[in-house]
Amino acid sequence: MSVVVRLPSQLRALVGGAGEVPVEAGTVREAIVAVDAAYPGVALRVLDDRGTLRRFVNVFVADEDVRFLDGLDTVLAPGQTVSLVPAVAGG
Amino acid sequence: MSFATGLICRECGTTYPSEALYACDLCFGPLEVDYDLAAARGRVTRSSIEDGPNSLWRYRDLLPDPGDEPVDLGTGWTPLRRARRLAEVLGVRELWLKDDTSNPTGSFKDRVVSVALSSARRLGFSTAACASTGNLATSVAAHAAAIGWPSVILIPADLERSKIAMTAIFGGTLLGVEGNYDDVNRLCVELLAEHPDWAFANVNVRPYYAEGSKTLAFEIAEQLGWRTPDQVVVPVASGSQLTKVAKGFRELVSLELADGVLPVLFGAQATGCSPIATAFAAGADVITPQRPNTIARSLAIGNPADGPYVLDELRRGGGDCGSVADDEILECISLLAETEGVFAETAGGVTVASLRQLLARGAIDPQGSIVAIISGHGLKTLDAIADTATVSATISPSLADAQAALALHQLVGAS
Repeated sequence: MSVVVRLPSQLRALVGGAGEVPVEAGTVREAIVAVDAAYPGVALRVLDDRGTLRRFVNVFVADEDVRFLDGLDTVLAPGQTVSLVPAVAGG
Repeated sequence: MSFATGLICRECGTTYPSEALYACDLCFGPLEVDYDLAAARGRVTRSSIEDGPNSLWRYRDLLPDPGDEPVDLGTGWTPLRRARRLAEVLGVRELWLKDDTSNPTGSFKDRVVSVALSSARRLGFSTAACASTGNLATSVAAHAAAIGWPSVILIPADLERSKIAMTAIFGGTLLGVEGNYDDVNRLCVELLAEHPDWAFANVNVRPYYAEGSKTLAFEIAEQLGWRTPDQVVVPVASGSQLTKVAKGFRELVSLELADGVLPVLFGAQATGCSPIATAFAAGADVITPQRPNTIARSLAIGNPADGPYVLDELRRGGGDCGSVADDEILECISLLAETEGVFAETAGGVTVASLRQLLARGAIDPQGSIVAIISGHGLKTLDAIADTATVSATISPSLADAQAALALHQLVGAS
């Protein structure tokens, strides 16, 4: 199904400057893999060498942190947006 | 002159120039300001610092380059108070309070904002922005007003009334977001992508911002007569303050400016938002996010970006992290006020209650010197104490009424 992956500024150079990339995917992991298939290098930035989410990347589905859902296995509904956001915080 | 050389990724070591960058292009790791400490050795001295202003800018050699003139409301060089009465209650030998309630907008955030906006102005920005649990909001709004910049501040909509008022009064744009701090923070990161010409204090200029917290360590050591304390208790939200206090002590010891060794650091969290205390206790090296539910709103960050580094710092030196309930926080706000005359916000209650807890379980040595960082003024969280901090009695203006009321209320005081 079609979903949208929203990218942070750090990744936009890899995809030719676009802030959003539409892909076909059923889970968060599939969405990241699909973006990487079109624009190689994206998955390397987001996932570590064990295939888990890097600790300074947050992923949101429908504005919910996937660490509160099923992580990379979180199931996506058609049309949903997956946001990749660097972890920064500071009171 | 500043001995800062540029930015470096804390995760993979990739270096970057001194620009408005905050996350590594390669691994998303946080960037921090790097210094040429070898060049600073012997050139930054106790006397060169002592000759500086009575503000955090006395340490400008060890801070990011502020440009021609820092953005400064007179922040820092706050009192380090010997807390003899509180020490007696807690059963410790030597206790000090680093009293950051006396900063211009009433919290330690003035340190980070002064550094952040100085760097932002040097980098060519002219609008200030931030995501905040309240104290940063107030400080950014005040500093922006003082230099004539517009500000865009995002806070959780249900924040304490006093923090909203203290921020709104400076006239910037204040957006109350229906969500918690972590929602606000995510929104800010996404907003930055649309407004890259705004300096978000804790996002795109965060590496500079965070450096401001080092000055807590610098001041503590200098005020102790250029020696490091044995133990420091630091309130923990994002974890930036604790990691930068550690960095500050490390730089002082490395430059042989302070006598002594690196202090053992202890974190302080509210149980209602304790992702770092929980991970520490579990022996984990990743942080599981929490949904905050505590009166300590300034510490209510459920997904703390610097959490992994706090765990590293605590474990390196044999530290620990307190986790205290809301009623303990309120009790310790009163304890601090009644023993030392210092009125702290809820985060200060968290620090004192955590100190007490960590002493009780033997994590802190009562014979070693202890510094507790009191990071914000009590006027910021009046809501939290409104039910208990009120008049002893309401009486008519008659001597008989006054005497009757005094008969019912035993006087308390120094003993």
